[in-house]
Amino acid sequence: MLKDITLGQYFPGNTVIHRLDPRTKLLGLICYIVALFLAKSYYSYALMALVLVTLSVLSRIRPKTLLSGLKPLIFIVIFTGVINLFYGSGEPLVQFWIFKITANGIRTAVFMVLRIMLLVCGTFLLTYTTSPLQLTDGLEKLLAPLKVIRFPVHELAMMMSIALRFIPTLIEETDKIMSAQRARGASFDTGKLTERAKALVPLLVPLFVSAFRRADELATAMECRCYHAGIGRTRMKELHFAARDVVALALCAVLIAAVSVLRHYGL
Amino acid sequence: MSIIRVENLTHVYSQGTPFEKVAVDNISVEIGRGEILGIIGHTGSGKSTFIQHLNALLKPTSGRVFFDGKDIHASKETARDVRFQVGLVFQYPEYQLFEETVFKDIAFGPKNMGLSEAEIAERVHEAAGFADVPESLLEASPLELSGGQKRRVAIAGVIAMMPQVLILDEPTAGLDPVGRESILQKILDYRRETEGTILLISHSMDDVARLATRLLVFDKGRIAMDGTPAEIFDRAGELKAMGLTVPAATEIALALRRRGVDIPESIYTINYLRKQLVSLREGGGAC
Ligand SMILES: Nc1ncnc2c1ncn2[C@@H]1O[C@H](COP(=O)(O)OP(=O)(O)OP(=O)(O)O)[C@@H](O)[C@H]1O
Ligand SMILES: [Mg+2]
Repeated sequence: MLKDITLGQYFPGNTVIHRLDPRTKLLGLICYIVALFLAKSYYSYALMALVLVTLSVLSRIRPKTLLSGLKPLIFIVIFTGVINLFYGSGEPLVQFWIFKITANGIRTAVFMVLRIMLLVCGTFLLTYTTSPLQLTDGLEKLLAPLKVIRFPVHELAMMMSIALRFIPTLIEETDKIMSAQRARGASFDTGKLTERAKALVPLLVPLFVSAFRRADELATAMECRCYHAGIGRTRMKELHFAARDVVALALCAVLIAAVSVLRHYGL
Repeated sequence: MSIIRVENLTHVYSQGTPFEKVAVDNISVEIGRGEILGIIGHTGSGKSTFIQHLNALLKPTSGRVFFDGKDIHASKETARDVRFQVGLVFQYPEYQLFEETVFKDIAFGPKNMGLSEAEIAERVHEAAGFADVPESLLEASPLELSGGQKRRVAIAGVIAMMPQVLILDEPTAGLDPVGRESILQKILDYRRETEGTILLISHSMDDVARLATRLLVFDKGRIAMDGTPAEIFDRAGELKAMGLTVPAATEIALALRRRGVDIPESIYTINYLRKQLVSLREGGGAC
């Protein structure tokens, strides 16, 4: 059950998408999101979906894996769809009690649902194909200009990479502790809500204890290796833009342009 | 009759993802009442995965597990019941302690069984005795104990459920020699008194050689060997090919035989080796 959580997971590979510079992929994701919000018609949504499918084929991430990332969000997706369905304006197609469904409502609902799904899948595609280390490196480089206004970019990136690094560890740990408590007869998925909340104590206490212990050990280990944030740090792997990055960014620009044109013509 | 029967058990982790891993591969085995079954195998050979099927913590990808002749996955209730009958002490169990006091932590299992306060208290004291947890520690917080003490508390927490089968996953890993010795001795004492069945996973050949009445050798998710310690340790060459060792006593005996000393094969405990060597000298043998 916990294994379903794929947040921050990375599927190693050696495809074009994997080899792109993380900065390109981050900028690409931003472009994709902007384009999503510009999209206003079935044509442009079809185009956006096509882009996503192409990317997933290129990166050899199976559609099933990509969609499985949506599982935890299924409630939000359905909720958004239903809300939008009933809030359309114009002539009602169906009407019962205080609810009315309009053609406009259906349209908005479909678009909203598509938008969330594409947005989430696009973001997952980024984390699936980029190692957490690369991702934070890219983010740090992209945000570097903010250092001028004393924004702690490096610290932020470091925190993010540590957090990402520990998600799988904590999930594994949670799984282990749950098994150990189940072995003593604890049950986490039966009973009333209050009972279930109480059942979490034997899980959360050891989990917090171990998280703090890990944090402590990590801090000590970093200090022992003379870690200090800030100026003068060099890195082992420098990021370099390659020809493929230029091409990718150009394609992103084309995508935004295409969606804008479609929008302009009301398509 | 056997107490646990495993039929064609296979377990695949993360099936259908790039991380797919066959951890247990079509295992069938019967475990008899009162056996002390030692389980050895290289790191990652599937030992921990296997034992988690015996108390229904993991569901088989395929295959079935029977406890006392009944399929343990027949219903949700049987799965939970079997956990009280098959007690499992995990690898590094000290990280699962959570209550304010040692007493309450040991009482967690019996409480889940729905026992009365009086019964719970009795069991806690008894289990603490078996696992060598001093009475004076019962009101302490588990977090302020030493590693070895925590380990003992965790073991007591499982013993307190009085399971018919007690499974211990590397109970002595990371302990000092005195700590190891005392835990092993306690396991033997417990066995003698309850006549229960014990499964012991260990990386220490000397430990399993001393305790086990039967050994299973795991290799790449399969049972590569199954037999008495004497039978298993006679096949030293095969064990070494699987990345395992033989007990120190066997190693010494083999080296002596190679040099022409006339001692029997299948020596696997230091005590037995000593006896053989002493009798050899008294008999005026080759030394
Ligand atoms: N929760 C899990 N998810 C995915 N794979 C796992 C999981 N637990 C174990 N594995 C894999 O299954 C295989 C068997 O693991 P298992 O823990 O059963 O081995 P083991 O024999 O107990 O090893 P050790 O002696 O190191 O404890 C290993 O290759 C391991 O990587
Ligand atoms: Mg193990």
